[in-house]
Amino acid sequence: MADFWFQFLLALDSTLRVATPLIFAAMAGIFSERSGIIDISLEGKMLMAAFVAAAVAYGTGSPWIGALAAIIVSVLAGLLHGFACIIHRGNQVISGLAINILASGLTVIIGIALFRQGGQTPTLPKSARFNSIELPFAQYVADNIPILGVVYKELISGHNILVWLALASVGITYYILFKTTFGLRLRAVGEKPEALDSAGISVSKMRFQAIIIAGILCGLAGVYLSTATGAGFVKEMTAGKGYIALAAMIFGKWRPVPALYACLMFGFLEAVAARVQGAEFPIIGEISSDLLLALPYVLTVVLLAGFIGGVSPPRAIGQPYIKER
Amino acid sequence: MRANDSISLDVLSGTIHGIIGENGAGKSTLMSILYGFYQPDSGLIELDGISSAFKQPSEAIAMGIGMVHQHFMLVPNFTALENIILGAEGQKGLKTGLQLAREKLQELSQTYGLEVELDSITEELPVGIQQRIEILKALYRGARVLILDEPTGVLTPQETDQLFEILKALKSEGVTILLITHKLHEVMAITDVVSVMRQGKLVAHTKTNETSPEWLAEQMVGRSVLVNSQFAPGKPDKIALSAHNVCVSDKRGFNSLKSVSFELREGEILGVAGIAGNGQSELLSVLSGIIKPAIGAFAIGENLFNSSQPADPAFLRQLGIAHVPEDRHAEGLILQFQAFESSVLGYETNPKLGRNLLTDPNIIKEHCSELMNSFDVRPPNPKLLSSQFSGGNQQKLVLAREISSMPKVLLVGQPTRGVDIGAIEFIHNTLIKMRDRGCAILLVSVELEEILSLSDRIMVMNAGEVVGTVDKLDATKSMLGKMMAGIAAGAASASSASASPELTSPNLKGGV
Amino acid sequence: MQTSRLPAYVDILIIPFLNLLTALFVAGIIIAIIGENPFTALSVMLKGAFIYKGGLGYTLFYTTNFIFTGLAVAVAFHAMLFNIGGEGQAAMGGLGIGLVALSLGGVIPAPFVILLAILGSALFGAFWGVIPGYLQAKRGSHIVITTIMFNFIASSILIWLLAGILMAPNQMSPETASFADGVMLFKIHEILNSMGFSVARSPLNISFALALLCCFAVWVLIWRTRLGYRIRATGFSTKASTYAGYRPEWIIILVMAISGGLAGMMAVNEILGVQHRVILNFTSGYGFTGIAVALMGRNHPVGIIFASLLFGALYQGGAELDFEFQTITRDMVVMIQGLIILFSGALAYMFNPILERFFSANTPQKEMLDG
Repeated sequence: MADFWFQFLLALDSTLRVATPLIFAAMAGIFSERSGIIDISLEGKMLMAAFVAAAVAYGTGSPWIGALAAIIVSVLAGLLHGFACIIHRGNQVISGLAINILASGLTVIIGIALFRQGGQTPTLPKSARFNSIELPFAQYVADNIPILGVVYKELISGHNILVWLALASVGITYYILFKTTFGLRLRAVGEKPEALDSAGISVSKMRFQAIIIAGILCGLAGVYLSTATGAGFVKEMTAGKGYIALAAMIFGKWRPVPALYACLMFGFLEAVAARVQGAEFPIIGEISSDLLLALPYVLTVVLLAGFIGGVSPPRAIGQPYIKER
Repeated sequence: MRANDSISLDVLSGTIHGIIGENGAGKSTLMSILYGFYQPDSGLIELDGISSAFKQPSEAIAMGIGMVHQHFMLVPNFTALENIILGAEGQKGLKTGLQLAREKLQELSQTYGLEVELDSITEELPVGIQQRIEILKALYRGARVLILDEPTGVLTPQETDQLFEILKALKSEGVTILLITHKLHEVMAITDVVSVMRQGKLVAHTKTNETSPEWLAEQMVGRSVLVNSQFAPGKPDKIALSAHNVCVSDKRGFNSLKSVSFELREGEILGVAGIAGNGQSELLSVLSGIIKPAIGAFAIGENLFNSSQPADPAFLRQLGIAHVPEDRHAEGLILQFQAFESSVLGYETNPKLGRNLLTDPNIIKEHCSELMNSFDVRPPNPKLLSSQFSGGNQQKLVLAREISSMPKVLLVGQPTRGVDIGAIEFIHNTLIKMRDRGCAILLVSVELEEILSLSDRIMVMNAGEVVGTVDKLDATKSMLGKMMAGIAAGAASASSASASPELTSPNLKGGV
Repeated sequence: MQTSRLPAYVDILIIPFLNLLTALFVAGIIIAIIGENPFTALSVMLKGAFIYKGGLGYTLFYTTNFIFTGLAVAVAFHAMLFNIGGEGQAAMGGLGIGLVALSLGGVIPAPFVILLAILGSALFGAFWGVIPGYLQAKRGSHIVITTIMFNFIASSILIWLLAGILMAPNQMSPETASFADGVMLFKIHEILNSMGFSVARSPLNISFALALLCCFAVWVLIWRTRLGYRIRATGFSTKASTYAGYRPEWIIILVMAISGGLAGMMAVNEILGVQHRVILNFTSGYGFTGIAVALMGRNHPVGIIFASLLFGALYQGGAELDFEFQTITRDMVVMIQGLIILFSGALAYMFNPILERFFSANTPQKEMLDG
């Protein structure tokens, strides 16, 4: 029984690790979609950022410079999306999809050209990565304080800085969206852009600002994947996380804190799926980890179908803003 | 054609200045230019003697011009307060901005009589109150010139009166008001000066107390207009359609139609009068099969339709019910279709349009050509996109399609909205001709002149209910106006049909 | 989707061509950046696609896949629905073939098994498309998101089945047993060889004919039937469709069924034509390419055939590139595909202002006249 409890704790610990990129990406999606721009390209931005972070970290030896470069690239990808959607009023779904596919191809092509390793970057040494931070007295506390000590050591201590940054980003997103003038205007742009336009504020500018913020956050997600939780870039390493983040954003009804919970829940499912393969459970028998991994997607569909409450996205989403003559 | 052609206008401060013109005359474009929403191709604007070319609304706002748009620029799920300060939040952070705004708005409300619950959600407020939020938005930014674009289209008469009180209060505080409208009686009621626009030009300018509605109307149209055309009355025959206790409620449980009953006979035009939004649209939707009644039923011949046996637009068409919808752009036509494809919308099952299971575009194009010729649709080119026709020609095409099936009942909504004078005459004549051939016509219109001109009987609706039905001969504008406001004047004529006990259909069950 | 005011031939021919050129231009720049010669790369691709032995056969084989998935996306687009679920629908189609072939193979004569398997692929694909369609029509769930989710769910289901109860006995990899003898489609090169023509080996099989048949069928459906009229009407305006009595909800559901069915039939080419057993990831991105194909082909079967040919050539040429260049792999094709989707989808009308100025100088204005 103690073993089960310990395993459970480890699963929770894993949850945070798995959820971190989801949290960053979900917050990114919230900014973008709240301003009225559909963003399917969370996946592609993350992938490009992951590649650039690893490549630059390898080249310079510093994960921080890698992170900076990754953020810049992610923002550029976002600006491309903005260029297509805002300036040329192109179809936002297609643009997002195009960026994802482009990212898949481009990361491998440049990876091969630079490193000749079939698309991945060479393994990063510890100095070129973000490492876990052991909080003070973790071992002592674990040995001497029952239960809470173990929780402190396994669950709270030992994460790297990006995990904490992800959690902080939730609070920051909430604050920006609901407690600042910028956030008020951003939400207005996604619901009724005319209101802002007639008040003399540029709809395009607001949307671009939202896209840039989204780019930064997606960039951090990618940085985490290849230089914090991983030791380099591997082909297609985002493996659908961008879409799960999209699902979490919808699950959280475009609000930061509920989206956080959704990310944690999805992260938990993935953590459990990894541990559950082959294990026998009472009554149910063996649970297939393949099916467990599909749960986030199934749950999102169930939510969208309105079976667990309905969702309504920002009213003006997906429609290019055109002044009516 | 230029939307605005060399317009020169002087507005005196502290007056209410009306700008009147038909739909499409260029009024809204002019106002949008004054407000900085659009840029003029040439010309200049002077405010208090200072030359100002506003490149964007923020500059106009800074100079004290405020605009109350026809379609409100309000974020539906924001509170009234949030909507008012949006864009003018101040430099000290949102929380402070909201607080300061609250104080200032307290003052403004009291000065001008603009009471608004600041913390209520905008979309839950009645339309009249939402308009006040729009006005407060402008005043909050220090507007000394207020432009109102067709403000009364969505208001009840009561709300209109309240609005006029507010405008008078504003005027007495020295605010200059520009009122854009196409309603003559409003101009006469409240303005000091009025300018008339026609086809992009300013054609007349006069003091209101020195002119009359007839003269203004003539200026608007450019020729002598009979405000009430005289048509010979119809000869009603047997009952074609009857409605009994029809009720409709929407998703929120709000009853948009309450217990509507009436009879419609062949060879007559029953006009449905009322301000937009009082249930007329829902009535058309029920009778054309688009929505089903929650309670009540309507019958056509032997066929009864209620909530358990709902009507279906396709089936109704087969029965001979045609429908010219209120919104020709969203429903009546498909703008992206070429004209010949729009010309068979709803009627594509006609076996003449193809061989076996397949349709033949050439046959459809010919069919469309015929329609275009008989109904004077210009240009008579079936291959043109539906969106490329002018409003009047689009409407004629829709009418042609619906009438060409030789319907027994014709449901018509706002037939001449956004349609130019020449087409209006044609459409009116066509409706009368149909009536004289024995068609039963239900005519819904917000234009009282149109109702008075064409109808044999007039049914007035208010708040989803039938207030009363009068014969044309007994009807006067003021009586109808009162009825539209909900006052069931005892002036309903003897042939009122609010709840007829004898409905000929044998299958009708009461109250179902 | 915007409609442009340019003459039809510009819309259908010139703009896609310009989009393609732009995409190739950008790709060329990237090839140059990584140190190879873009023109050499292009020539290798063209030779690999058409000239080298078996190249044309392979090209047409891939073309077949893209015709199916492209038609699927196009049909849905006519009802203004984004079917991004081609991958999942094709995967389910493969499952359908597998279930039919494994249970009936050897039990009833092979030609019947084949016919039933084709039917099975369409039905399974249709089923996988209908669910998101139903959710959109009746519950308002955005079809883009649901179809993306369904792609992942289908993938999980297939992994679970192929590594589990459907796994061939004595196998280590997740795949089914091979189908019975005879349950396979004739290869074109075999047919031509038996007729006396000497044709190189390739996986091209008679499902290519099926694909072309579907093109014709889709054209007839959309532009010559009353149902097609209703589909297009609903796509442009649900309100007008309701007004006309078409019941847009059912149109949406029906369209997604047809769309899913078409995508499902892609599996016929891969599974019945080549693999003869169900394997993982046989869809390998063809579903997404279908989107590019539909966009380039302007949702019209003729355009789709040309676009599919283009992508088929890209894929086969890409394989040749992979073979001949050390630094270039098939991911180059993925990138070009992304660029094409970008230019024909999101930036499709980027050139319109220039084109409109050019063309309006030459053609008389079709202005509206006041009545």
